[in-house]
Amino acid sequence: MAASQRPERKYYLPVGLPAPAPHIDGLGKEFWEATRRHELLVQFCGACENYQWGPEFLCHHCHDWDSLSYRRVEPRGRIYSWERNWYPAHPALQTGVPYLVVLVELPGAGNVRMVGNLLGDPEQEVVIGTDVEAVFEDHDDHDPQFTLVQWRVV
Amino acid sequence: MTTSERTIRGKVAIAGIGETTYYKRGQATESEFELVLQAVQRAAEDAGIDVREIDGFASYSNDRNTPERIATAFGIPEYRFSNMFWGGGGGGGSGAVANAAAAIAAGYAETVVVYRGLAQGQFGRFGQGPRVNTVAGDGAFTVPYGVMSPAQTFAMRVRRFMHDHGAKQEALRAIALASYRHAQSNPRAVMYGRALDEEAYDHSRWIVEPFHLFDCCMENDGGAALVLVAAERARDLKQKAAYILAAAQGSAHRQGAAAHNAPDYATSNFKTLAPRLYAMAGVGPDDVDVLQSYENFTGGVMMSIVEHGFCAPGEVNDFFTLENFSSPKGRLPLNTSGGNLAECYMHGLELITEAVRQVRGSSTCQVPDVEISMVTSGPMVQPVSNLILATERG
Repeated sequence: MAASQRPERKYYLPVGLPAPAPHIDGLGKEFWEATRRHELLVQFCGACENYQWGPEFLCHHCHDWDSLSYRRVEPRGRIYSWERNWYPAHPALQTGVPYLVVLVELPGAGNVRMVGNLLGDPEQEVVIGTDVEAVFEDHDDHDPQFTLVQWRVV
Repeated sequence: MTTSERTIRGKVAIAGIGETTYYKRGQATESEFELVLQAVQRAAEDAGIDVREIDGFASYSNDRNTPERIATAFGIPEYRFSNMFWGGGGGGGSGAVANAAAAIAAGYAETVVVYRGLAQGQFGRFGQGPRVNTVAGDGAFTVPYGVMSPAQTFAMRVRRFMHDHGAKQEALRAIALASYRHAQSNPRAVMYGRALDEEAYDHSRWIVEPFHLFDCCMENDGGAALVLVAAERARDLKQKAAYILAAAQGSAHRQGAAAHNAPDYATSNFKTLAPRLYAMAGVGPDDVDVLQSYENFTGGVMMSIVEHGFCAPGEVNDFFTLENFSSPKGRLPLNTSGGNLAECYMHGLELITEAVRQVRGSSTCQVPDVEISMVTSGPMVQPVSNLILATERG
């Protein structure tokens, strides 16, 4: 389906996909709470000054438990890899293909990576290394409410 | 005991192989458990032993069909070993064989069966995402963005490898074409009689770029099994023994980091295993006569072949050709039964039965004078495993 023919949608992907939640043991809770405030957090260890992502209970580098905290980072990155999806692996995606997923590395946070959708034409050319910025996509009409971190080319 | 003595090399052999009819997903007339029973029984018959001699079980990927149920069904008087290899996908195929072999070498059991049953028509499909309201933990960072199936999970690793090394789509295509070519000689293969050429590949639909339809494994129903015994005993059994020369399993530094944060990202996860495997076997890539390399997706095969030293990353476009991968004369005959792409997605256990056939000289795409027959199981998952079989104990 050409981009111009895509149905008007409130969000990049159709509604009906699962909402993000912290791990059952609580890991990741701070990150998802922060996205509601349109803030991007990454774990940072004050003892060895390393960023860490995804979330863990201790610093994988120096094994410090107490110096590990969430730090607000610049919501900017560059495309590390990408994929264009054509097969709807979920019923909600039947009307959602094609769509783009990017893996974004954050130079301001030790080059940790985040997965998100690349906003705009799903058939656009994607170039690894391109600078992108975060776009916080609020799903206020979902129960529970959540906010996804999407990306657009700068 | 010195380190050099702590090896599985030459101590155990695969003495029997068994397979059910291989079906398209949903076509099996038997239940998944019946398929497992058939495969186990046939593996025992192939080895020339009574199925009640089996006293150990090993499988992987959370196989639903438990040793207790199998042992009860066959009236096995006593079993002494049961083992499950952790991890999803086909990463545990060679690992389950290695664990079974270790049990025999350790004296836990005498006759261990490695098995896998999978009827994706009767249970969930691997190619479909979860139907739930929320997704917690690691999945929260990917599923809401439409990254939920295996193809979606691995495509960006492959894309990054292609970017780093200039690998072209044609390299992936060569892997798919080789599997389909070999399947045309294999009456067991689901894609027997369904040839694939370059044009059909190029025009096939995308699943997720860079994977066309034919870069993806099938979804099937079936069962497969292997019977392992000590090397001395295998010599006296019905079939020519396929000796285990080496096996390795594991995962590299933080490969399981959430949200695609593995430090070494564009990898099949075999970089740490390959040197261990070759060192234990006392062989190198030049000695390998035939390779069965697990294809969840062709891109994983590409990185597996590179990481096992068959060619440098920058040589992929030259090395990855249909001619090089074709039995019997190619430089590296690959997936000679058709494998997960064209024989049956038996979760990679069909790759090991094929590796045994190559040792025996009974493949439908036999490579002449095989001495070293290798398997790699489960690229891009955590953990992965690999295996070298040989005609001699070494």
